[in-house]
Amino acid sequence: MIVYGVALLSACLILGMLIGEVLGVALGVEANVGGVGIAMLFLVLASNSDKLKALVDGASGTGIQFWSAMYIPIVVAMAARQNVVAAFEGGMLAVVAGVAAVIVSFALVPVISKIGNSDTSSEESP
Amino acid sequence: MEIFETVFVRNSLVVAFAVVGLTIWISYFLADKLTKGRIHGSAIAIALGLLAAYFGGKATGGSTGVADITLLGGIGLMGGGMMRDFAIVATAFGVKLSELKKAGLAGIISIFAGVIVSFIVGAVVAVLYGYTDPVSVTTIGAGAVTYIVGPVTGSALGADSDIIALSVAAGLIKSILVMIGTPMIAKTIGLDNPQSAMVFGGLMGTTSGVAAGLAATDPKLVPYGAMTATFYTGVGCLLGPSILFFIVNALL
Repeated sequence: MIVYGVALLSACLILGMLIGEVLGVALGVEANVGGVGIAMLFLVLASNSDKLKALVDGASGTGIQFWSAMYIPIVVAMAARQNVVAAFEGGMLAVVAGVAAVIVSFALVPVISKIGNSDTSSEESP
Repeated sequence: MEIFETVFVRNSLVVAFAVVGLTIWISYFLADKLTKGRIHGSAIAIALGLLAAYFGGKATGGSTGVADITLLGGIGLMGGGMMRDFAIVATAFGVKLSELKKAGLAGIISIFAGVIVSFIVGAVVAVLYGYTDPVSVTTIGAGAVTYIVGPVTGSALGADSDIIALSVAAGLIKSILVMIGTPMIAKTIGLDNPQSAMVFGGLMGTTSGVAAGLAATDPKLVPYGAMTATFYTGVGCLLGPSILFFIVNALL
């Protein structure tokens, strides 16, 4: 049943969001801390578990795959509802701060990726 | 005309599906014919979305781009936080646990490095533009983290509303630039495997930017980047009004 997969996906998101919200309150932060990431972990665990096979195999799985495939269209809709006007009306300071933050962060990607790589290579080497 | 509007408004989400589908079809057509597949179709679709959002915002004066146009209100629901998060979580289906473990440490480091580096950059720019009070400098720095961290930090510290608006603008610029820039820079920064995607998500942090940027680069990388990115805003909201503010306060 397709709806089983959709229900599992929904349960993962709601559970993750609840935990993220609790984490936010516990840390005294006005934000959901990692709710979506935690929900993703649940789904990964569920899809790798033997007990929940009935919820992720066959037709149930296509219920999840559908939403996964709807991701790009949803992102396009998300782009179309951004406050682009406000972004450009913030003036030069906002543009410079935003652009500089992105350039520096881009430059750090290869640097920090190396940490992961050196870790795995040291695990693999005898 | 009235009948037209009634049907469109009553079925707003369905209209959004059709409009977005058409946009993507046009985008893939353009990607294929004009760029011979060098630019990904979804990158063009996202760029068209942003462009439409600009004109939508200009025409209506609203804050949610195209979604403020009555006939296209459904775009607001389709592209809103609920659907976005639902679809992002769905992309984790089929992700290997071992890949996540491999990049775990680098992923966590990248989140903290990303928040702190973006904050410093934003704060330095604020100082260069002549801001000297710690609250404003912290708020603008937090805006360079994400457009959510900016206002959360600003209201916690009691910043002026124009400074908060500025911090939101900085965050929006960052988000838009990540959406457009990621597919262009992906090769140069080695963004072609799950590990670097997790680091990328942690460093950039803007969920919308990472979500769209990776989708336009390689949809297979989306779950890895999104996973770390969703922790970023939380960490930013945690550090902004506390440690980062104390440091700025001590320095200025």
